[in-house]
Amino acid sequence: MSRKQKKTLLRIIVSAVLCVAAALLPLEGVWKALAFAVPYLIIGYDVLRGAALGILHGQLLDEKFLMALATLGAFAIREYPEAAAVMLFYQIGEFFQSVAVSRSRKSIAALMDIRPDSATVLRDGEELELDPEEVALGETLVIRPGERIPLDAVVLEGSSSVDTAALTGESMPVDVAEGDRLISGSINLTGLLKARADSVYAESTVARILELVENSAEKKARVESFITRFARWYTPIVVVGALLLAIVPPLFAGNWSQWLERALIFLVVSCPCALVVSVPLSFFGGIGGASRHGILIKGASELETLAGVDTFCFDKTGTLTQGRFAVEAVHPKEVSPDELLDIAAAAESYSAHPVAQSILQAHEGDIDKSRLGEIEELAGLGIRAVVDGQSYCVGNAALMEKVGADWHDCHLPGTVIHLSRGSEYLGHIVINDSLKDDAADAIRALRELGVKRTVMLSGDKASVAAHVAGQLGIDTCLAELLPVQKVEQVEALLAQGCTLAYVGDGINDAPVLTRADVGIAMGALGSDAAIESADIVLMDDKPSRLPLALRIARKTMRIVRENIVLALGVKILILILGALGLANMWLAVFGDVGVLILAILNALRCMRAAV
Amino acid sequence: MKKVFKLEDLDCANCAAKMEAAIKKLPGVTNATVSFMTQKLSIEADDAVFDEVVQAAVKCIAKVEPDCRVILR
Repeated sequence: MSRKQKKTLLRIIVSAVLCVAAALLPLEGVWKALAFAVPYLIIGYDVLRGAALGILHGQLLDEKFLMALATLGAFAIREYPEAAAVMLFYQIGEFFQSVAVSRSRKSIAALMDIRPDSATVLRDGEELELDPEEVALGETLVIRPGERIPLDAVVLEGSSSVDTAALTGESMPVDVAEGDRLISGSINLTGLLKARADSVYAESTVARILELVENSAEKKARVESFITRFARWYTPIVVVGALLLAIVPPLFAGNWSQWLERALIFLVVSCPCALVVSVPLSFFGGIGGASRHGILIKGASELETLAGVDTFCFDKTGTLTQGRFAVEAVHPKEVSPDELLDIAAAAESYSAHPVAQSILQAHEGDIDKSRLGEIEELAGLGIRAVVDGQSYCVGNAALMEKVGADWHDCHLPGTVIHLSRGSEYLGHIVINDSLKDDAADAIRALRELGVKRTVMLSGDKASVAAHVAGQLGIDTCLAELLPVQKVEQVEALLAQGCTLAYVGDGINDAPVLTRADVGIAMGALGSDAAIESADIVLMDDKPSRLPLALRIARKTMRIVRENIVLALGVKILILILGALGLANMWLAVFGDVGVLILAILNALRCMRAAV
Repeated sequence: MKKVFKLEDLDCANCAAKMEAAIKKLPGVTNATVSFMTQKLSIEADDAVFDEVVQAAVKCIAKVEPDCRVILR
């Protein structure tokens, strides 16, 4: 609790005790008024002061002014206990709100406590402790066990395990050794590391994430703007209602003080606080709770849109699949499988292409480079290489046609690499990208959550894409798309009126991410383009975070709606009962403060993401 | 130009909304937000009048909530 909050608590206690004492004493008339005026002033002096300042500044419908008016009015009609109680409960409500808000602010700040305090840098053989912002690109960092990694870096020396939980929500530490990338904001757990700074602080992952989180409160949801607009009308209307109630009926029926009391009830519930606080508090909680699971949501409006998404579009490679190729099958003709793989690996041994890398990985043992003769890269076709004195062709079907080999296609879907010795066909190797472990579960979970349609947009061959879509149970599969065509497909889907989320790895689908209602970039650690263009960033690359994000968004929206209905419902009820003379000031103040507290407690549920 | 300022003792969400509405109406302001949750004011305004806009915004805030202070850096 802050000092101000402690002081308020003390005032509440003193004032409450004095109120009870005043109620117990058998006082009458002026003495009774004085007995209640003391606790009233103790608890309400700042409200009265605020009201006076408000009048000076022309802020007549300020909540403090209305509270002052309501309570002073109650004094005027000799409802002393009510006057003191209304002020007391109003302050209790405000106090509760202030504590709850600063609590949730703090806990979310703790969640995002990934800012590195210092960086140890090796300069001219000496270790210097600097602010991470002072470290230049390429400098050598020394990171001890237990320290936070200050900048994105590459390990030069040492090995350790690294805790990325604060960034990804993944509690399993990651092992790193020489040459591995370190993500700023994660914590070095076991060993001393020397690393080369790969970014300056302003461009490091941690700085980008913090910026994103800090700006998230700026983008307000539609429902939030609606509530603030509503609040602007609600208070004047209720106040006018109070005025009419105080003047019109008594003109005909008399009994001024009775109607004045009913008008004061109106003033007590004229503050839209509960409504106006609970909506941003819920969104704040939802966004904070999501970030604990490595789901960064850029703003309340994005959370709101996500809750209504009925169509999920996916990129294939790197999103639903690992994005790493592996040899799936070796189908030789004439030679043994090992022989086929050996020749292909030798021919491809100088290539950096992912396909070549996967063949080399499948090949056991090193390649003796002296076996190689002349190598010729044939653009768009493959490679012609001399291995052990014989000329081989390794490549696609077009290459086989060109050399006149008697090739045939494979029954397995995937990338097929054919091999021939001169024009003699030797067989083929099938290479595939493997699915992510949790991709199928994620798609199923999305469907269970009521997502109407899942679509895969892939740049890959139709047969490969269809195979993956089939394995995962995706409804529609569109393949062989260029990035521009992906945008067109998304636009076509949008034209059908669906609310669409596009999930990609952010590498070449920035335009699609921007075009979709909600762009979700996954595996975004270190990918700047994705963090910029997406609305939601998944820090790790697990598709299973998607249903979780959807559940968090929906839960937040449900809580927001509950709060709006609860707060408005109770206020309207009190207004009606008050106008009819069925409610007194006690009910009004209890109802109002009670709803405020309930709405805040309900909003705090958003933070707990165990949904 | 866009700048973000911290706010101290911003105690009421409705006041934040009122401040935001008032600052948005200032001449030269393209966008402004007052976030009750993060206690931050962000102003986007023309470079030429930015300083005047900030001064005017501080006045708007003082008008709505006299106890609330803007931390100008």
